[in-house]
Amino acid sequence: MPGTVQSIERAAAVLRLLAAAPDGLGVADLGNALGLAKTTVHGILRTLHQVGFVEQDHTGAHYHLSDAFGRLGESYLDPNELRSRAINWADSLASRSGEVVRVGRLVEGKVVVVHHVFRPDDSDQDLDVGTTLPPHATALGKAVLAYDASGASRPHKLEAFTTRTIIDPARLAEELAAVRARGWASEFEEYTVELASIAAPIRGLGGLVVGAVGLAGRVERICDSRLRHRADLVTMVRATADAIARDLREDA
Amino acid sequence: MAEQYVAAVDQGTNSTRCILFDRRGRLVSVAQREHHQLFPRPGWVEHDAGEIWNNVTRVVPGAIKQIGASPSQIVAIGIANQRETSLLWDRLTGRPIGHAVTWQDTRTDRLVTELAGTEGADRFADLCGLPLTTYFSAPRIKWMLDHTPGLRQRAERGEILFGTMESWLIWNFTGGAKGGLHATDVTNASRTMLMNIETLEWDDRLLEAFDVPRAILPEIRPSSGVFATATEVLPGVRIGAALGDQQAALFGQTCFSAGEAKCTYGTGSFLLLHTGQEIVRSKHGMLTTVAYQIGDHPASYALEGSMAVTGSLVQWFRDGLGMIHTAAEIETLARTVEDNGGAYIVPAFSGLFAPHWRSEARGVIAGLTGYITKGHLARAVLEATGFQTLEVVDAMNADSGIALTALKVDGGMTANNLLMQFLADLLDVRVVRPMVTETVSLGAAYAAGLAVGYWPDLEGLRSNWHRAGQWMPHMDPARRKTEYANWQAAVQRTFNWIRPEDQEL
Ligand SMILES: Nc1ncnc2c1ncn2[C@@H]1O[C@H](COP(=O)(O)OP(=O)(O)OP(=O)(O)O)[C@@H](O)[C@H]1O
Ligand SMILES: [Mg+2]
Repeated sequence: MPGTVQSIERAAAVLRLLAAAPDGLGVADLGNALGLAKTTVHGILRTLHQVGFVEQDHTGAHYHLSDAFGRLGESYLDPNELRSRAINWADSLASRSGEVVRVGRLVEGKVVVVHHVFRPDDSDQDLDVGTTLPPHATALGKAVLAYDASGASRPHKLEAFTTRTIIDPARLAEELAAVRARGWASEFEEYTVELASIAAPIRGLGGLVVGAVGLAGRVERICDSRLRHRADLVTMVRATADAIARDLREDA
Repeated sequence: MAEQYVAAVDQGTNSTRCILFDRRGRLVSVAQREHHQLFPRPGWVEHDAGEIWNNVTRVVPGAIKQIGASPSQIVAIGIANQRETSLLWDRLTGRPIGHAVTWQDTRTDRLVTELAGTEGADRFADLCGLPLTTYFSAPRIKWMLDHTPGLRQRAERGEILFGTMESWLIWNFTGGAKGGLHATDVTNASRTMLMNIETLEWDDRLLEAFDVPRAILPEIRPSSGVFATATEVLPGVRIGAALGDQQAALFGQTCFSAGEAKCTYGTGSFLLLHTGQEIVRSKHGMLTTVAYQIGDHPASYALEGSMAVTGSLVQWFRDGLGMIHTAAEIETLARTVEDNGGAYIVPAFSGLFAPHWRSEARGVIAGLTGYITKGHLARAVLEATGFQTLEVVDAMNADSGIALTALKVDGGMTANNLLMQFLADLLDVRVVRPMVTETVSLGAAYAAGLAVGYWPDLEGLRSNWHRAGQWMPHMDPARRKTEYANWQAAVQRTFNWIRPEDQEL
C-alpha cells in the first residue's frame, strides 16, 4: 500500500488493544499480540505516552489509555502548565525588549491571557492574567487564530476598536494567511490607538499550536521610522516562542 | 567580540540545572536534568552523588550548545546547591562512600534527641546559630561515620573527605582524585553546625560534640571569590562562587542591604532576611545563618525561616496520590472550587521546621468531611504553603521588630497565580515577583561574575532588578483571622506523633 505510514498503523493497533483491556497491558502482551519486537512496541508506547494518549500504572509495567484520549477535542495542554513552561522565556523576552509580554490561548472565540509579564520599568501595572483579548484585533490573537483549523473558535462578529481594526472577514482571512506564510503576527493600532504588537505561535508536539507569545507597546518603540514592525523584536519574539516550544516537547 | 556569559550550576534537590546569563543578568539558556530520589526506608532520603556529577557534565555543555555558543564564551562558573545534604567520599579513588544523605532525611532523629540531652536543642545555638535537628549536616556525618564499619578510623587517617554538594562539584570540576580542590563556602559551612558563626572557622568544641575528625572537613572560603580553575567540563574556566541555594537566591534578588528579604518557593520554601554584618539571634524559631561573603570583605548575615515541605507537597499530590499529572495542574484543579471547604493539610513529612522545630511531628489532613473533594484538597495543598509563610513572617516580624511591607518571591511555585494571590491575601502585603524567577542561579552567577570582574559592583546588579508581576491583598480581615486560627489548630494536631520509643537507632 503506497503512501501509508506503517508506524501509525501499528500505533492504531496498540490503541485498539489497549482500549479492549481495562486492566492495561504490558510491553510483552502487546508484542505477542501484534507479532512485534519488544523494542518496537516500547518505542510506540513511549511516543503515545509522550503525546498523552496512554498512561503507565504506578509500577510502570502496564499501559492503559489515558482519560485525555477520550476527550481528544479538548485542549491537551493545561493553561497553567503553559505558564509554568513559558515563564523563564517570557521574562527574558520582557527584559530584552523592554516591553509588556503576554502568553495567550484561544478559548471560545477569545484570547485568554495565560501569563503576563510587566514592562520592566517598575511603573505601576496590574496583572491581567485571566482577562480576554479580541483575537482579530491583537497580534497574540492573530497568531493563534491563524492556526485554528476548525474555525469553531472564530469570533462571530468582528468588532471595531479603532479605525484600523480589521472588520472585514475576507481581509482577516488574508491577514491570517500572511501570518501563516511568515510565521508571526503583527498589529498596528488595531486595538488601541498608539499601540502596536508582535506575536508568534507556540507549537507543541506534532506542530500543534497551543498558544502564542507576544509583546505590545507604543508604536514608536515597536515600529521603525517607516512604521514597520522592528525586525529585531520580531526575531526575539519568534526565538521566545521556539524556546517555549522546545521545552514543551522535551519534557512532555 | 563574541558575547560572554556566566554559567550558573544549580544543584538542587530534584534536579541539576545549568543556566547562562548575559551581562544584563538576563537568562539566555537553560539545561536541566532530574536525578533519582532514593527512599531506602521510611524517613530516609538519599541521592547518588555519581549520578549528580554526571548530570552536571551533561547540563553545562547542554546549556552552551542550546545557544550555539562556545565554551570560551563562558567567563566564570557559579555554583548554588541544595544545602545540608551530606556526602563522604574516598580521597584516593574519588568514589562516594554510600549515597548522599539529604536534608529531608530524618534518620538522625534519635541521635539528635540524645545529643540535645538535658541541655536542650539549643545547646549549640550560641556557637553555630542553629538548633539541633535532623535538618543539618553534623548529626548526619556522625551517623555515617558510626554506621559504616572501619570508616571512622579511615576518616581519622585522612582517607575520607566530607562535603555538601558544592564541595563535591568543586572537587570534581578541579580534577577529583587527580588533585581536586576540597573546599566549601561560608554559607554552606554555616549549615553544618560545625562552623563558628562569628569566626567563620570550624570550631573544635563543635567538632568534639559531634565526634567529627577535622581531617575530613573542607577548607572554608568566601562565597564570591575565585576558588580554582576548572580542569573538567569547562577546562580553563574559573569557579567564581559557591553558595547555598537560598543564600544565592537572596543575592539574586539583590537583597544586599540589612532589612531586605525574599522567599524562594521550590521543593521547600525559605524566607531570608538580610541583617547586615550583625548576628541576630532569634527568639522565635528563625535560624541565624551567613548570607554571603564577598572576597575578603566582612561576611553578611541573615535570619532564615525554613519550610521543609511546600513544592514537594504538590509533588506528593501528583506522584503519591496521582491526583494531577503535572505540578501546574494543581491550580486548575484548585480553581474548580471556591475555597478549601474546611480542609487543612499540614505537611509535617520530616517533622515541622520553622518556627516550630518539632522533629516528632507528622503530617495531618484536618477538617475532613464528606463534603471535601479533590478540588478542596488541591486548595489545601497550595494554602499550606501560604500558612507556613505567614507563620514564618510573623516570627520574623517579632524578631526584627519591623513589619514586612512587601514580599519578594521567586522559585518554581511563583508560576502559580492562585498561590501568589493567596499569599498576598493572607500576609496582607504586596507580593512581588522579579523578572528572573530562577534567582538561585542568578545569584550564583552574580557572585561568580563579581569575582572575575564581569560585573563591577553590587550597585550595577541592583539596577538589573525589575518587577515582573505583583499581587495585591484583597482578603477580608475577619476571614484571614479565622483561616489562620483553623490552620494553627491543625498544626497542634501534628505534634507528638513520633514517640521516643518509636525512633530508629
Ligand atoms: N505551577 C505550579 N504550582 C504549584 N507548584 C509548582 C508549580 N510549578 C512547580 N511547582 C513546584 O515547585 C517545585 C519546583 O520548583 P523549583 O524548580 O524552583 O524547585 P527547586 O527547589 O529549585 O528544585 P530543587 O529541589 O531541585 O532545587 C516542585 O516541587 C513543584 O511541585
Ligand atoms: Mg532549587
